[in-house]
Amino acid sequence: MLFELRDVSLLRAGRRVLDSVSAGIEPGATAVVGPSGSGKSTLLRLLNRLADPDAGQVSYRGRPLTAYDPLALRREVALVPQLPALLDGTVESNLRYAAGLAGEELDGERCLGLAGLASDFAGRDVGELSVGERQRAMLARALAQRPRVLLLDEPTSALDQAARDEVEATLLRLRRELDLSLIVVTHDPEQARRLGERALRLEAGRVVASGSLEEALA
Amino acid sequence: MSGSIDVSLGQVAAALALVALAAAISRWRRADLEGDIAVATVRSFVQLTAIGYAIEAIFEADSIWLVLALLAVMVLFGALTARRRASRVPGAFGPLLIALVAAAATTLGLVVALDIFEPTPRYLVPVGGMVIGNAMTAAAVALNRLGDEMADSRARIEATLALGAPAREASAPIVRRALRSGTIALIDSTKTTGLIFFPGTMVGMLLAGAEPTDAVRLQLILLYALLGSVSIAALVATSLAYRNFFTPAQQLREPEPEHAR
Repeated sequence: MLFELRDVSLLRAGRRVLDSVSAGIEPGATAVVGPSGSGKSTLLRLLNRLADPDAGQVSYRGRPLTAYDPLALRREVALVPQLPALLDGTVESNLRYAAGLAGEELDGERCLGLAGLASDFAGRDVGELSVGERQRAMLARALAQRPRVLLLDEPTSALDQAARDEVEATLLRLRRELDLSLIVVTHDPEQARRLGERALRLEAGRVVASGSLEEALA
Repeated sequence: MSGSIDVSLGQVAAALALVALAAAISRWRRADLEGDIAVATVRSFVQLTAIGYAIEAIFEADSIWLVLALLAVMVLFGALTARRRASRVPGAFGPLLIALVAAAATTLGLVVALDIFEPTPRYLVPVGGMVIGNAMTAAAVALNRLGDEMADSRARIEATLALGAPAREASAPIVRRALRSGTIALIDSTKTTGLIFFPGTMVGMLLAGAEPTDAVRLQLILLYALLGSVSIAALVATSLAYRNFFTPAQQLREPEPEHAR
């Protein structure tokens, strides 16, 4: 099991954002589906310890998340947030920073290529990029750390349909070419079907279905 | 330093004519400040008279402990006042208190160690008051900026933490800008001093009958001391306070509701 959540609850301003969630996430591609406000993004943030639950436990590869060094964990389990937020500078300086944190040599061309960006993007200032290009630069930056798991929060929400199709193709290619697990948060069941091998469906902070796509999205 | 002047209460009372003018302007233009002007006039009279007697007593007792007690009270009230401007920084009081203590101790310690001033109440009390007052403003401005920028940059800070960057690195650009904003006002006013405005010490000494060269030199010493203390205060306050935004597991804390504190 890649991740296991046991009786996980999280409160925010008195509201139960996650309510006794128990679920297992296997290696591969998992879609986390649900309407907005159902707790999907919060669940994703728990998986690389950007937040901790108020009750219950999350395990990664059989060990509680709290047993890992949080910084090392985040380099192995990379989260790409919904809104792109790059550091000031060029695309390359962002990639270099991420690679340096993970102690990896930077192969910028490879990372950009995997994220569907031409290699001449390396020298571009992040302020000049479109939202879609920024989203891809965020993906390239995460890949520069050579993570084992990629957490994606609504990876196409800011994109038009053509750009969305490209990003989805990129993610499917990543899944094929790298030994990488994907956990994709999406509000769109159709996207979950296209990207996921399994799915987890949340409603109002509770898991209402999980397992194969047919079972979870029925 | 030589010469002192006597100021009678009658002279002070005569200066109230200018307060009356201020109140008249406010009334005429309906600025609705007469009440505030009255409060400010009475409070300044009471507070300064009280501190005047306190300082006189401390000078007469000639005890370094009394001086330290007075400076400690100033630091405490300075930190409490600055905390109000730093309302978006969680747990701001501790960093502010440490920042003011560090600024006052370093600055006063150095001016005494370098033989600039004698370690007597006559020097330590006024210099200490200036140093702490300016350090308070600098630390308050720096933490005010820190709180605003941390709130505005949550997405970027979290995205950087998500790469496995430590909190210190994820917030470094913000801490740097907060430090700058705390010190830049004094640096700018130091640049223009003597051209656009006469600083208070120099004005006071000239009025008290000192030689202009003496007045200028003393003013320079104080300006340089203030630059040091203001930088220390802003540095210590920002370097300690940014930590309060993060958990030990390098997570960005949820912001507290605005009215909870």
